[in-house]
Formats: sequence, structure tokens, C-alpha cells
Amino acid sequence: MKELICIVCPKGCHLKVDEEKGFAVTGNACPRGAEYGKLELTNPTRVVTSTVRCEGGAHPRCPVKTDRAVPKGKIFEVMAALEGIALSAPVAVGQVVLENVCGTGANVVATREFLFLERKRNQKEL
Amino acid sequence: MYDLIVIGGGPAGLAAACAAWEGGLRSILIVERDKELGGILNQCIHNGFGLHHFKDELTGPEYAGRFVKLLGETGVEVRLDTMVLEVTGQRQVHMVGKSTGYRVDEAQSIVLAMGCRERTRGAIAIPGSRPAGVFTAGAAQRYVNMEGWMPGKRVVILGSGDIGLIMARRMTLEGAKVLACVEVMPYSGGLNRNIVQCLHDYDIPLYLSHTVTDIRGKDRVEQVVVSEVDASRNPVPGTEMVFDCDTLLLSVGLIPENELTRQAGIAIDRRTNGAVVYENMETSLPGVFACGNVCHVHDLVDFVTAESQKAGAAAAACVLGGAASAGEAVLEVKNGDGVTYTVPQRIRPQRVDKLCGLFFRVNRVCRDSEILVTSGDAQIARFKREHLAPGEMERIDLPRALLDRAEGELTVSIREVEQ
Ligand SMILES: Cc1cc2nc3c(=O)[nH]c(=O)nc-3n(C[C@H](O)[C@H](O)[C@H](O)COP(=O)(O)OP(=O)(O)OC[C@H]3O[C@@H](n4cnc5c(N)ncnc54)[C@H](O)[C@@H]3O)c2cc1C
Ligand code: SF4
Repeated sequence: MKELICIVCPKGCHLKVDEEKGFAVTGNACPRGAEYGKLELTNPTRVVTSTVRCEGGAHPRCPVKTDRAVPKGKIFEVMAALEGIALSAPVAVGQVVLENVCGTGANVVATREFLFLERKRNQKEL
Repeated sequence: MYDLIVIGGGPAGLAAACAAWEGGLRSILIVERDKELGGILNQCIHNGFGLHHFKDELTGPEYAGRFVKLLGETGVEVRLDTMVLEVTGQRQVHMVGKSTGYRVDEAQSIVLAMGCRERTRGAIAIPGSRPAGVFTAGAAQRYVNMEGWMPGKRVVILGSGDIGLIMARRMTLEGAKVLACVEVMPYSGGLNRNIVQCLHDYDIPLYLSHTVTDIRGKDRVEQVVVSEVDASRNPVPGTEMVFDCDTLLLSVGLIPENELTRQAGIAIDRRTNGAVVYENMETSLPGVFACGNVCHVHDLVDFVTAESQKAGAAAAACVLGGAASAGEAVLEVKNGDGVTYTVPQRIRPQRVDKLCGLFFRVNRVCRDSEILVTSGDAQIARFKREHLAPGEMERIDLPRALLDRAEGELTVSIREVEQ
């Protein structure tokens, strides 16, 4: 029996997972907790959120996320893959920034919109 | 004259304006001092927002984006780069903006949605020198996530609120070494899920009942000294640990931004540091409402949205329905054992439709407990909870029928049940 805290939603249910009974989960307030409890002990995964460089928008960084959870052990590889990426505005929410990142099957997508601003970054105002 | 002026364009202001539009108001203005809408959500790039409201797991910018889009479908007017300087008791709003200069607009109703700011180092007085490298966690979040600057390479975090926990992970992912997260209380003020996915995932130690007792360094932070504290939160000599680091992030709490509220003469609750509000989020000044972090500090933006929709709808009802009848019965909500504050603080039962949502926080971690609602000697309602923690806001819904039975006051208290 293993005790876990479900991280799927902010409620943070205290789960008990029984490895001997096919990873049966108790303490979960909803089915997503059961799924999480089993996965956490067999193949833990996380959604990665970060930023990439972005030219010509309102800010120099554009927030991104993996569109599904990736294996925990690959998080730093995914971060490294984002290192060299540079977008240019306009950027749309959900726009694919990197396909099948590190062979995980997840795409990295933009999570905010940037309109193209004519002002250049080297102008004093920005 | 506007029907409604909303001060602040964060999730609270956006939801209130949308709800007021839906409620039938057609001349609504949002005033926002930043160059864009969305408030603090723009820098909260992690996911976990919107599970209640959109039934979807969104990041902060995505959540804000959805509301900005909804707002675009209404005729609500938005004034960016404009700072509100004063709100008067007659609902005149003084503001100064980049393109409009100084101006005064009047409104039949006002929603205060100014959010909160971070407690700074000065407010909690840490001893030591004043080198560069000490940031609030929220400022660091903005540097890293929006501007693209890394505040440092070796980091100690004081405070285990959600922003501190989120930044521990964020700094780690960006290549910094986070040496410790230090919390003066015996429990964390953050959500459990954040302790798991931000600290445990990256083996960052959490020192509970510890605090920073010295900051060393001349130009830049070089060392931070951490000591254990006793039950009355005084450092225990001989327990010092020295961390070699260049950065100290402070996540020591948020303070609702209520300068405008105070100036307008609106009653403030000392426990929430926000306005005292009625069941519909109306403040002590009729026609003026408050919602979101300016009213009380929220952990979840979904609750901000729900509360702000209530405020927006109530503002619409107030403008369209005319003045309220005088002499309504009012229940004062009191904090009983284990309860730090409640919102609303006042309930007018006859204004409650079916259910009256009541938010509150507890002052200690409780296992299997009962939430008791009493009026005088009579018990009005009882709710069971397996787990209560100060870092997690609780909500109960009180049916109108029960409220009608109460007289004068309601007390909310916690009773732990022996197993
Ligand atoms: C630094 C920080 C980080 C946070 N991180 C998280 C997180 O990771 N996860 C989470 O769930 N919650 C987080 N929160 C809580 C979060 O603030 C709330 O969930 C929610 O964003 C609050 O919404 P709001 O609209 O009340 O306030 P805000 O989002 O703060 O919006 C208030 C708006 O009012 C504007 N304003 C203020 N005063 C004036 C004025 N005088 N004139 C004009 N405009 C004004 C501000 O510019 C701002 O845009 C964080 C809070 C802070 C302060
Ligand atoms: S079990 Fe369901 S309700 Fe509980 S934390 Fe997990 S997702 Fe949330």
C-alpha cells in the first residue's frame, strides 16, 4: 500500500494505492484520481510548461506547454529541446511550436496569443 | 455616466464585466493600469487553472485568453495603461492614463477588482545586509516567464506559499539549483499538489518550522542562514544552517490592494485585509462591489471567477433594479473555533436565491472534522471534511431555508472528530 497525493486537480485528494491488488486506488474523489494513482506508480508523467523566445510580440518570451503529459524522466530533455526555438509574432494559442518532442508523442504548443507589433525591440519604449 | 466601472482587468474584473453585460448593463468600462488584460495570470504559465470553470486543465495565459475572448464578444469598453487614483463615496472614479491624461468618470455602480501585491522583505524584517539578489517570488516569476531574465543560479526560497513552490520548480527547470524551501510555520501554506510536483519531483528539501535569520553578502547575496524556530516562532540558537547562494526568493504572503477602498471610506475586515462584503459581494458603500484577490486572497482562479460573476450580476441587478429596500435583516457571520475568516461577512437572507456560498479558511491542519454553523444555541448546518488546511480555502453552501432560521448572527467553527 502506498500513500500519494493526487496532483490532477488542486483539491489534492489523499490516495491509497494497493500494488498487490492491481493498483486499486482509494481516497480519490473522482475517476481521474484512480488513473493518476495507478500511473504514478507504474509510469509517472507530467505536463511540462515553459517559455520560448519570441520576436515582435508584446513580450520577449512566449509561454508554451506539452499538449499531453510526458514521462517524468524526460522533463529535462524536453527543456533542452526548447532551448534553441525562436518564434515570431503573430502567435496563436495552440500553435504547434515543436512536434513530437523528444519522441514522447506530445507536441509543444503556445499558450498565449501575440499580435505582431510594428515597434522594434531596440526602440526605447519596449 | 457609466452603468458600471470595473477597476482592474485581471480574472476578477473580466468575469465581473462579462456577468454584468449578461445581466443587461450596456455601458461598462474596465480600467487597467497594465498594457494588457489578464492580471497576474499572464505570468502564471504553469497549468492547473480552470478545472472547475472550463472543465479543462489550462495554463494562466490560456485562462486569461479565454476571458479576453469572451469579453471581445460584448460591447464592454476597455481602457489600458490607465491607473485609478481615487474612488469617491459618490462613485466618481479619478484616473490617469497614457493617452487620456487625467480624467474623472462617474458610474452608477463600481466593481473593485484590483487584486493583491506581494508582501516584501521590509514587511517582515529579516536581519542582515541589503545586497542585490533578494526578490519577491512573483517579481522573479515575471522576470523569468515574461521578460526572459534569470534572477540567479543558486536559490533559497523563504515561504512555501504556492508562488514560492511554483518558482522552485520553474527555477530548477531553467537550470538553477534550488537549495531549500524554508517555511516558518509547521505546515506549508501552499496546495498539496504543488508540494508534490514542485518540490518532491525535484528533490528540493522543505524545512518546516525554519526561517531565514541572516542574509550575508556585500553587493550580491553570498550566503543565507536558516535556523529552526520554536513553537512561538523564535529562532533556536545552535540550529543554524548556512547555504551558499546568490538569490533569495520571498514568498511570504499577499496583501490585497485596498488603498482605493480605504480612501472611499469602505469598511475593511482586519482578517481578510479586504472590504467587508455582503452575500452579493457588495461593500459597505451601496453600489460598490469587491471581488477576487482584492477582497480576500484566493488560491484558485476558478473561485475568483465564480465570486466575480456574482459581483458583476449583482452590480447589474443594483443598477437595473434601483435602490434596495431599507431595514433588511442582516446576519453577521462570526469566526468560531478554528476559523480565520469568512467571506461574505454579512448575509441578507432575503437576498439569497437558493444557496449562499460561504468561503472560509481554517487556522490549523485538521483531519476528519465537522464544520458547524450555529446561530445562538441552535445548530443550523453541519458539513463533514476529511482534510482541512490553512493553505486551502474551503467553501460551504447554505440553503436559504436554513438562513431564514438564523437570528442576528451565524458562527462558523471547526470540530475535530475522534476516530
Ligand atoms: C505574484 C502572484 C502569483 C500568483 N500565482 C498564482 C498561481 O501560480 N496559481 C494560482 O492559482 N494563483 C496564483 N496567484 C493568485 C492569483 O492572483 C489569483 O488566482 C487571481 O489571478 C486573482 O485575480 P484578480 O483579478 O483578483 O487579481 P489580479 O490578477 O492581480 O488582477 C488585478 C488587476 O488590477 C489591476 N489594478 C490594480 N490596481 C489598479 C488601479 N489602481 N488602477 C487600474 N488597474 C489596477 C492590476 O494591474 C491587475 O491587472 C498569484 C498571485 C500573485 C500576486
Ligand atoms: S482524485 Fe479527482 S478530485 Fe481528487 S485531487 Fe485527484 S483529480 Fe482532483
